[in-house]
Amino acid sequence: MNKVIKIENGTKQGVLNFLEHLITTDKISGVLTLRKINEKGICDYGFISDAKELKFADPFAPVMPINAAQTLSSLTPTTKPIAAIIKPCELRGFVERVKRVQGSMKNVLLISYTCGGVLPLNTFQGDGSEKIIADYYNAISKGETPGSIRPTCKACEYFVPMMADITIPLLGNSESESECSLIMNSEFAIQISKEFQCEIITSELDSKIIDKVLAVRISEKEKLYNKTKVTKDGLDELVNIFGKCVGCHGCSRVCPICYCVMCDFESHNFDYNIEIFETELEQKGALRLPPDTVFFQIGRLAHMSFSCVGCGQCEDVCPANIPVATIFKKVGEATAGLFDYIPGKDLEEAIPVMIFKEEEFEEIGK
Amino acid sequence: MEKEFIPRITSFVCKWCTYTGADLAGTSRLQYPTSIILLKVLCSSRIDPVFLIKSYLKGADGVLIGGCHPGDCHYETGNYHTRRRFKILTEIFSTLGLPKERLRLSWISASEGPKFAQVSNEFTDKIENLGPNNARENMFL
Ligand code: SF4
Ligand code: SF4
Ligand code: FES
Repeated sequence: MNKVIKIENGTKQGVLNFLEHLITTDKISGVLTLRKINEKGICDYGFISDAKELKFADPFAPVMPINAAQTLSSLTPTTKPIAAIIKPCELRGFVERVKRVQGSMKNVLLISYTCGGVLPLNTFQGDGSEKIIADYYNAISKGETPGSIRPTCKACEYFVPMMADITIPLLGNSESESECSLIMNSEFAIQISKEFQCEIITSELDSKIIDKVLAVRISEKEKLYNKTKVTKDGLDELVNIFGKCVGCHGCSRVCPICYCVMCDFESHNFDYNIEIFETELEQKGALRLPPDTVFFQIGRLAHMSFSCVGCGQCEDVCPANIPVATIFKKVGEATAGLFDYIPGKDLEEAIPVMIFKEEEFEEIGK
Repeated sequence: MEKEFIPRITSFVCKWCTYTGADLAGTSRLQYPTSIILLKVLCSSRIDPVFLIKSYLKGADGVLIGGCHPGDCHYETGNYHTRRRFKILTEIFSTLGLPKERLRLSWISASEGPKFAQVSNEFTDKIENLGPNNARENMFL
């Protein structure tokens, strides 16, 4: 059971009241949140430091214009407390980045919520999006899985935030239009909200709703993996899938885990010079350009799959419609699973490649 | 007549142990197959998994890593990291349906000339049975 702040207002308005209090009483210097940038309701992440600007905030908008883990990296470390209201997989991505010293959790009030998933960017911004978004909110208030969300969101088991200071019940919350509960998970959250005038109760997330959603997500995941022909079919299938890749590397630029300023795969290490071209042509008689698209993906899997949070950002931006996130999520489960590792679950848990046990995998080395 | 298949096995070996072990195999006049192409690295932990991936996709029939026995790495713990990364890579291969049996890691010390010859022969036999790596002719790779 946790301390819970109860606000007599709809969930969205209640959260904004709370943030307004934190800003106007100078508890935080500002908040990172999704906000509307025009009349059409198009959203972006923004850092709001003036409480008046909060009227544009749309913290629960079902969209991920960028994985906020990247944004938080650039905002931290910060000397003055800030708040961030982000989705559970963005929070996990941020934890993975902090483990890689690409940001700091210190002084960041991390607010997250039980997540119903996000719409693909084109759906959210496209024609007829008003109705799709209204249907979305309707479905999630009943704890249903909207058909319009990203494939990896439908298959996401980690829709309950981990490592959040404050958790907001949104998914399956039929009262979200009329009331707002903020579940305090940390001492930092309790301290910073001390002066906020509100009712305080003890409560926790409704486990019946969580279990129900979880069961659906797990079965959706199996379906997704079966549908996306990727595994066990070997090289030919990989060539079919990544044969379409235009080599833009957008998938790694938007990935919260791929933080390297200079990606190895974009360095001169893997340039094709004339000698390499000639040798390859001699062997094969033809060469596909750009080359190395399969190599790039398997290489990236080797470098970071165990930390993939399955956010789906890579797949959403791919101009060639390659199911990148589905592949990374599936392979990531296998590689992280070797170490019972859940990316972003716990800051204290080391990234699998940074540690080892003297006695493990002893079948290797014979 | 069909051309005889002579495998090509790209072998990344640690200078302190396996490479010296290979030297010893040579000076002891132990036979090991010409399929083994040695690339010397300063420690097995220098081997980024992408070296192995690139080798496989460019057509190496087998890829071998040679390092110091656990506990004997000259940089103390390098080879424990190698072992984890190798495990991760073979897991990726099996999840994607790629032939992980074309990858091998062996701990071979500087004094284990015979073990070097034995591993080379064994692995070459295995790769001969598997046949050529079909990635070599694929223009998409
Ligand atoms: S985003 Fe798509 S096209 Fe671009 S590099 Fe990634 S897989 Fe290839
Ligand atoms: S690989 Fe794709 S799904 Fe996984 S964390 Fe990166 S962007 Fe998200
Ligand atoms: S020095 Fe040989 S494996 Fe590290």
